[in-house]
Amino acid sequence: MFASLASILRNDRATSVFLLLLTVVTVLASLANLLFPEGSALHVSTYTLGLLGKYMTYALLAVAVDLIWGYCGILSLGHTAFFALGGYAMGMYLMRQIGNRGVYGDPVLPDFMVFLNWDTLPWYWHGFDMFWFAALMVLVAPAILAFVFGWLAFRSRVTGVYFSIITQALTYALLLAFFRNEMGFGGNNGLTDFKDLLGFDLQANTTRVALFISSAVALAAGVIACRFIISSRFGRVIQAIRDSESRTRFIGYRVDNYKLWLFVFSAMLAGIAGALYVPQVGIINPGEFAPINSIEAVVWVAVGGRGTLYGAVIGAFLVNYAKTYFTIALPEIWLYALGGLFVISTLFLPQGVVGLMNKVMQRKQEARV
Amino acid sequence: MKLPNALEKFADREHVFDFVNTGTQGPKVDISHNVILYLEDISVSFDGFKALNDLTMYIGAGELRCIIGPNGAGKTTMMDVITGKTRPDTGTAWFGQSINLLQKSEPEIAEAGIGRKFQKPTVFQMHSVFENLELAMAGNKSVWTTLFARMTPMQLERINEVMEIIGLQEHQHALAGSLSHGQKQWLEIGMLLMQNPTLLLVDEPVAGMTPQETERTAELLVSLAGKHSVVVVEHDMDFVRSIARTVTVLHEGSVLAEGPIDVVQNDPRVIEVYLGE
Ligand SMILES: Nc1ncnc2c1ncn2[C@@H]1O[C@H](COP(=O)(O)OP(=O)(O)O)[C@@H](O)[C@H]1O
Ligand SMILES: [Mg+2]
Repeated sequence: MFASLASILRNDRATSVFLLLLTVVTVLASLANLLFPEGSALHVSTYTLGLLGKYMTYALLAVAVDLIWGYCGILSLGHTAFFALGGYAMGMYLMRQIGNRGVYGDPVLPDFMVFLNWDTLPWYWHGFDMFWFAALMVLVAPAILAFVFGWLAFRSRVTGVYFSIITQALTYALLLAFFRNEMGFGGNNGLTDFKDLLGFDLQANTTRVALFISSAVALAAGVIACRFIISSRFGRVIQAIRDSESRTRFIGYRVDNYKLWLFVFSAMLAGIAGALYVPQVGIINPGEFAPINSIEAVVWVAVGGRGTLYGAVIGAFLVNYAKTYFTIALPEIWLYALGGLFVISTLFLPQGVVGLMNKVMQRKQEARV
Repeated sequence: MKLPNALEKFADREHVFDFVNTGTQGPKVDISHNVILYLEDISVSFDGFKALNDLTMYIGAGELRCIIGPNGAGKTTMMDVITGKTRPDTGTAWFGQSINLLQKSEPEIAEAGIGRKFQKPTVFQMHSVFENLELAMAGNKSVWTTLFARMTPMQLERINEVMEIIGLQEHQHALAGSLSHGQKQWLEIGMLLMQNPTLLLVDEPVAGMTPQETERTAELLVSLAGKHSVVVVEHDMDFVRSIARTVTVLHEGSVLAEGPIDVVQNDPRVIEVYLGE
C-alpha cells in the first residue's frame, strides 16, 4: 500500500492531485466543523459534512464500477447489489448494537423480529454483535455473490449487453427477496433506528466527523488500490481483455479468471462503500437494490469520464449534487434529467467531464506555444 | 529430514525458486533428425470438398520455407491442421520426433513451441509496443503472478532484443494503434517471438505493405531462420524470390512442386496453374 502510494505520487500526477485535493477538503471541512461555532461564517454544518460523506461513499461505488467498466469493459448494471449487501452487513451490526434500547426492549432480538413474533435470532444474524465479524461480512458477502455470479457468467462467456441485463435481473431478484419479511432483514422497512457504532453515539457530532473522515480514507485507499492493480501487469492484461478478448485468450491468459477476480474485488469495494453509507444516512432498506440505482452509478462514471478513476469520483459528486438540488427544487423531473445527462454525455462527451477538461487544457497549452 | 531441507531453501538468499524462473526458457522439441515438422498423407474435407488431399511435406529444423499456391489451394487449411484448429480426416502430423500434433489441443500446441501469425494484424491498439511484447511474453500467466510481477533483467533484455529484431526500438512507448500497417505486422511477429516458438507459421505477411516495408519484412524473416524454423505463406512472387531457398507449390490440396525457386518457377505445371489463375 505505502509502496504503491509512493509510486503514484512519483508517476501519476492526476491521481496525486486528486489525493491531495481529497485530503485538503477532508481536513478543512472537519476542522471547520469542529473548531468554529455554529453561526460562524467559517462553520461547516454537520449536515453538509454528512452529505459530503455520503457522496464519498457514492464516489467509492463509482470507482468500483469504473474499475471493471472503464478498464475491463464489463458493464455491470447491478453493482448497487454489492453496495447494499455491504450496507446490510453494517446495518445488522448496528441493529445488534441497539441491544435492549429498542421499542420492545428485547436484549437480543431487533424490534422487527419481536413484531413478527419470532422468538430466536435466525442463524445468519449470529456474530453480528461483534464489529470485526460484521466488518468481515461487509467484504465476504459481496465477494461470495460476485464470485458465484461471475464464475457462472464469465465461464459461459456471457459478455456485453447480455451480461448487463442479467446483472439488472440479479439486483432486481435481491430487491424482491429483501422485501419479504420471512427473509429476516426487516422487509419493506429495512434496518433503521440505529443508536451507536463501536459504542459511539451516531448522533454525536464527533462520530459524524469520524464517519466522514473514514469515508474519505476509504475512498483514497480504494483509488490507491485500484491504481496499484491497474499499473501492474495484471492491469495491462485486463485492459487487453477490454480491447480484444479473444486475442488475449489466444496468447495464453485465462480470461475468465482475470474477469472473475477483478469483479470480486470491485464488489468488495462496493460493499465497503455501502457499509460506510448506512451509518451516515441512518437506514438501509430494499430500495437500495433498485435496478435504477445501479444505472445511476453507471451514469456517474459516464459523466465523469471512464477509465481514469478520479473521473468516476468527479462524476459521482457532480451528478449527486445535481440530484440533491433537483429532488428538492423539481422532484418530478429528476429521472428525465438523469436520462438526459446520460444521452448528452455519451453523445457529446464520450470521455466525460475529465475528457473535456483535458481538451480545454490542451487548447490553452497550444495557445501559449 | 525433508522439512528442514525445505526451510533451508527459504533461508538461502541466493536460492532461485522455479516459479520465479519460468520467464524465458523455450519449450523443448526433439529435432535429432533435423526435421521439425512431418506432415504425411493429410486429407481434410469440408462437406465432401477436399481442401487438403494426401498432402505430404517435411520442414527442416531452422529452415525458411515458402508455400505458394493459388487462392483456395489449401494453404490456410494446412496451417489450421498444424495448429490444431482443424482435425484432418486422415494422415499424421508430428512436431519433431516425439510430439504428435493430432493428439494435442490448440493451447498445448502453442505451448509446445508453434507460433502462428494470422493474416490480419491483431495487436493491442491501446497498449504500447513495449507492453504488447510484455503481454505476449512466455511464462506464468496466472492472476496472482501477473498482479505482483516485476520485470526481471532477463525478461527486459529479451524484450529489448525482440524490439531490435523487429526494428521498433524507437517506438517502444508508442501506442500500437498509432503504428503503420507494416509496423503492426512486425509487432505481431515480435509478439510471436516473445513466446520463444521453435516453429513460426506466418500467413501472408506482406499483403498491403509498401515496397519498403516488404523489403524490411523479407530481411526480418531471413534473420529469423536458423534460430527458428519459419514457414511463410505468400502470394507475392517477388517477395518469395527475395527470401526463399526452398519453395513448395500447393495446388488443390496437395504438393504440385517443390524445390529451389528458379527450378520451381520454370516448372511447366506451375506455370500452367499460375497462368490459369
Ligand atoms: N471451414 C471451412 N468450411 C468449408 N470450406 C472451407 C473451410 N475452410 C476452407 N474451406 C475451403 O477449403 C479450400 C482451401 O481454403 P484455404 O486453405 O483457405 O485456401 P488458401 O489459404 O490456400 O487460399 C477453399 O476452397 C475454401 O473455400
Ligand atoms: Mg489463405
